[in-house]
Amino acid sequence: MPTPVTSSAAAHTGRRRDKMKNKLATIAFLGPAFIVLGLLVYAIVFTVGRSFFDAYGGFVGFRNYQRVFSEQRMLVAVRNNAIWVAIVPAVVTSLGVVFAVLTERIRWSAAFRMVLFMPLVISSLAAGVTFRFMYAGNPNEGFVNAVIQQVVHIAKPPGLYPGARLSTDDFAVAVDGAFESKAPVQLGGQANFALAAIRPQLVPENATTLTVPASSQSSISGVVWLDFLSGGRGTRGYPDPEKTGLPGIRVEAVKDGKVVATAYTGNDGSYALTGLAPGAYTIRLSADSFRQPFGGYYWLGRDFIIPALIIAYVWINTGFAVMMIGAGLSSINRDLLEAARTEGANEWQVFRYVTIPALMPVVTVIFVRGIISVLKIFDLVLVVAPEPVRADATVLALEMWNAAFGGMNDHGLGSALATILFLLILPVMLSNIRRFRLDQQ
Amino acid sequence: MMQRKTGGRIRRALGLVQARAVDIIMFVVAVLWLIPTVGLFVQSLRTGADIGQSGWWTALANPRTLTLNSYIRLLNEPTMLRALKNTFIITIPSTILVVGVAALAAYALAWIPFKGREALFLVIVGLQVVPTQMAFIPAAQIFRFMGIFGTVQGVICFHLAFGLPFAIFLLRNFLGNMPKALLEAAQIDGAGHLVLFLRVLLPLTVPAIASLSIFQFLWVWNDMMIALIFAEPVNAPLTTAIYSQMRNFASNVDVIAPGAFLQMVVPLIIFFVFQRQLVQGILGGSIKD
Repeated sequence: MPTPVTSSAAAHTGRRRDKMKNKLATIAFLGPAFIVLGLLVYAIVFTVGRSFFDAYGGFVGFRNYQRVFSEQRMLVAVRNNAIWVAIVPAVVTSLGVVFAVLTERIRWSAAFRMVLFMPLVISSLAAGVTFRFMYAGNPNEGFVNAVIQQVVHIAKPPGLYPGARLSTDDFAVAVDGAFESKAPVQLGGQANFALAAIRPQLVPENATTLTVPASSQSSISGVVWLDFLSGGRGTRGYPDPEKTGLPGIRVEAVKDGKVVATAYTGNDGSYALTGLAPGAYTIRLSADSFRQPFGGYYWLGRDFIIPALIIAYVWINTGFAVMMIGAGLSSINRDLLEAARTEGANEWQVFRYVTIPALMPVVTVIFVRGIISVLKIFDLVLVVAPEPVRADATVLALEMWNAAFGGMNDHGLGSALATILFLLILPVMLSNIRRFRLDQQ
Repeated sequence: MMQRKTGGRIRRALGLVQARAVDIIMFVVAVLWLIPTVGLFVQSLRTGADIGQSGWWTALANPRTLTLNSYIRLLNEPTMLRALKNTFIITIPSTILVVGVAALAAYALAWIPFKGREALFLVIVGLQVVPTQMAFIPAAQIFRFMGIFGTVQGVICFHLAFGLPFAIFLLRNFLGNMPKALLEAAQIDGAGHLVLFLRVLLPLTVPAIASLSIFQFLWVWNDMMIALIFAEPVNAPLTTAIYSQMRNFASNVDVIAPGAFLQMVVPLIIFFVFQRQLVQGILGGSIKD
């Protein structure tokens, strides 16, 4: 009879001992993390509170927030963050989808994914330094400009005499990089051009001293020469026989805006345009002969810095999207794709109506992650944008750092900027929590 | 006859191009993706004068101009050596602390019933995406109060705080998926929580801990933002030490290029050695925003 009583009592004390043990274990196991996480929560509350006070601790209400949306430099940061959010997550996600779909069609997909993934393990500092070199302005130094130069030069090769100018505009004028005779020339007449600002090493070796051609009734002729003699000899704009002729320049006879005849200058700089009907022509030295080589875009200047940063960011982050979406693709039910094909769907329809909907969950994750990551962007901007253009490339995180630690020492403004970032990310945070709670249930 | 032959050859070549179009496109993309890293590597092997004069690709045609001098000089420079040392003494404790503290907490969250457990876990889920900026100002004040502002300890504490939420989340999910029967069996044998944790669960958690450690290590090793605020120059890791040279980019290229490559060598080695763990970790959700 007493047995059940004792056993239940024992069970009772046992359970109590278990509870005690659990309590102690909870404290021991969770204690360190709890302290750190508690401080983190404290920090968040503190920063939100601090944002309502000025640099010296006086209460200012929402004035710090007003400053963010009214001061020029911070408005630029807000605008830049908006640009990043509008463009970059979409670009990274779509590149991810395209590359992930294409990797399914190559045998070396693992290697491809690895190559794209590699930048992700590199620091923003190293990536930033890398792109500082890639973006060097001079095409002889910066790879990006070197490639662009190759392409541009196929379409528009640089001229023989880049940067040449008229030595005198007494008898010719410069028009859109070309040089034209000041007045139309009658058939049988002559048009001469005296050029300057040509570096001696650009004059071809086959160039000789100039010859003024004899005029002929059936042509328009003339000479193009380098209007320079050492030691200040010669007369400006006059074809002194010692001056050097400029070979290889394309000369055009223009009538009513149309080129009706062309000729090239010879080694002595002379040319003759033949086969012309009687009448007056404008004589033009083609701009092709004087075009400057492509000088490179100034990627690190204020006009290009944002695209430059975005390219660097895309280089770093596309691999992650490819990896995730690739995994999503390989988990799509093959039977579903086959079924769609046997039903008569073409490849595009299969992609559009089967693959894309099946990928939506992972694409959404990538996209949202992209937004968060882009809102927080900081060190890439700091490393890639040189100091003079930093005000043009700035973002909220950078302004926060500037305000709180970069000399301004304004913890109020810094806190407001941090809180704005936090508020922008808050919806994501809340939806994460909600989704997690639903998963748990 | 002859003409027909060449026509066939061209057609066959075109067919090959068509069949290989995807390969060709992807190959071009892969090359584009490799170029920046290769470029930095080549730059790091050139003299400062060469870097300022011509592009790195010209050195490929003339490999005799490449030299290890920049690296030798870099490794003889006390500030850079100190920065390299600092990087290790920041990264290793940060990684161990985060993984250790998170593993303990994850065990409690997964296997010890206590009041408010679900709520606490939801807070941890939420804390994962909080921007680091939210803690800069109060952390600076706390560290000043504790006398560790500007020190390695301060940097480590900050990394611990921002590494934990994600680490706990990952390990708790991993531990939570362990079969309950396993633990009950051990409990019946009279094992306490510590024994359970160390002897039963920890060995089974090794894969998760391994990929977490890799990511945490990379995260701290590559950090510049936190070090910029919380490490004064003598305690600066490589990232901020190199960054401080960038004020005069053109005149310091012979330090910046090899320095940056040195900084990324360790992550690259980890990348090549632990590829599988990295990929599995990422696909398993173990990457931070």
